[in-house]
Amino acid sequence: MGSDFFGGQFSAACMSAGTSSFADFLSSVAPELLPGGGAQAAAGPAAPRDLPHATTIVALAFDEGVMMAGDRRSTAGSMIAQRDIEKVFRSDEFSCLGIAGVAGIGLELVRLFQLELEHYEKLEGRTLSLEGKANRLAAFVRGNLSGAMQGLVVVPLFAGFDEDSGRGRIFSYDVAGGRYEEHKFHSIGSGSVFAKSSLKKLYRDDMPVRDAVLACMHALYDAADDDSATGGPDMTRRIYPVVAMVGADGFQRLSDAEAGEYAGAVVDERMRAPGGPVAPLLTGGGPNG
Amino acid sequence: MPFYVSPEQSMKDKADYARKGIARGRNSVVIQYDAGILFVAPNPSRALHKVSEIYDRIAFAAVGRYNEYENLRIAGVRYADMRGYQYDRTDVTARSLANWYAQLLGTIFTDSPKPYEVEIVVAEVGAAPDTDQIYRITFDGSVADEHGFVAMGGQADQVTAVLKERYAEGLPLASALGVAIAALSGQDGNGERAEIGASQLEVAVLARDRVHRTFRRVGGSRLENLLAEARPGQVRPVGEPPAAEPGTPTGPDGDATP
Repeated sequence: MGSDFFGGQFSAACMSAGTSSFADFLSSVAPELLPGGGAQAAAGPAAPRDLPHATTIVALAFDEGVMMAGDRRSTAGSMIAQRDIEKVFRSDEFSCLGIAGVAGIGLELVRLFQLELEHYEKLEGRTLSLEGKANRLAAFVRGNLSGAMQGLVVVPLFAGFDEDSGRGRIFSYDVAGGRYEEHKFHSIGSGSVFAKSSLKKLYRDDMPVRDAVLACMHALYDAADDDSATGGPDMTRRIYPVVAMVGADGFQRLSDAEAGEYAGAVVDERMRAPGGPVAPLLTGGGPNG
Repeated sequence: MPFYVSPEQSMKDKADYARKGIARGRNSVVIQYDAGILFVAPNPSRALHKVSEIYDRIAFAAVGRYNEYENLRIAGVRYADMRGYQYDRTDVTARSLANWYAQLLGTIFTDSPKPYEVEIVVAEVGAAPDTDQIYRITFDGSVADEHGFVAMGGQADQVTAVLKERYAEGLPLASALGVAIAALSGQDGNGERAEIGASQLEVAVLARDRVHRTFRRVGGSRLENLLAEARPGQVRPVGEPPAAEPGTPTGPDGDATP
């Protein structure tokens, strides 16, 4: 990219009629800046192994909206690449997203998605609908398909408060850009099997905030318990999962102190019962009930 | 058969044309207050804005032909978002944007048969009032670095005269709004006034203490309250006795009829 990047051609592109999408604009003026754009051109048939990977994200709907939480570990092969990476982000006032997969591409995807929503809002004077945001993200994930074929897989989890229906909604994706609405709760990443099983037992309809945070913490703890790529709460370094919630009042992220209190409570609980809270085997009448 | 037109004549004709177009519209004011920068434009439309957000700490105000300044606004948002995406959010500055606008408008003025009939202001709110930046860019690409306040539009000189008289550093929001409205309604002390109501005003601020995106529109009940706070007493120039106004000071419309 030459020094005249913000010069004549760029000015002409800015002044021309176009869509309200920043990604469309970017792909017309500087496609190499799209997430994975450079990597796809440079990498051969397969991307280098052992790139840092982001791991487990959980999300659930609770009585005030949606909550999303992610552990803080990224791994490069069998090594821990970073202990305090953040994988859950605010995408705009009423939505958030988390990423699992190759961190380098994922973080770029988040940046582009955040800007896409802001750009649309500035140009149009209104925000996209929650469905619209979810569809935009699907297109971005699909845009990385060739990168994913080379091994640069990134999958986001998207959640937001639907102002039209007044409730929280969760969307998951596959690498081909498939978009699936999830109900109640969902998890992605290497520890997702364990986290989702945990949430299945802990989730109840219309949970208050406190219970929802505890359920997320327990689910991430269970993921870290059985998946080497997911980090548990790091009590010695005071690194705790990122917990974000989106409700009618907008996006809010728990402070480190608050997250630490919840994490501490979960760890205390696990000191007594390492397997975590026990669910009743039957809630209605049974064989001898 | 083509006639020869001297460059001087051609530039003068274009400038006159642009000035005439701009003079048909209303004036706008951008003014600093203690906690940010205030934008005030008479605008009955709720949807077609004269004041808009460009970036975290940068806003855009314009007068003139709507489709032309709307085009410039969209270009500015693209420019700012592109720069912020390529480098970092802190690398998007009003100075570079103003220079870029100046180049755009200058090129259009000289190269195209019809100049843009617009006048724009790009303002950036800083961490402290002395780092605030306000740039005024005219149809031919001239840039002026303004301090405290700036008026745009065909009658900018009259508006500026009132602003100069009444503006003071560190005014609270309501007082700054009062000053801006006094200037826009041509309330220059000779008794002639055309009150502008909340429904006729487009008001927005760049609020210094906000994080991330500082631009906020001010409307509805908040604007009504600010207007109510601004009107009694505060808009009067220092030294002029309030007794000149008949009736109660809360009813400024009492002497609206000529």
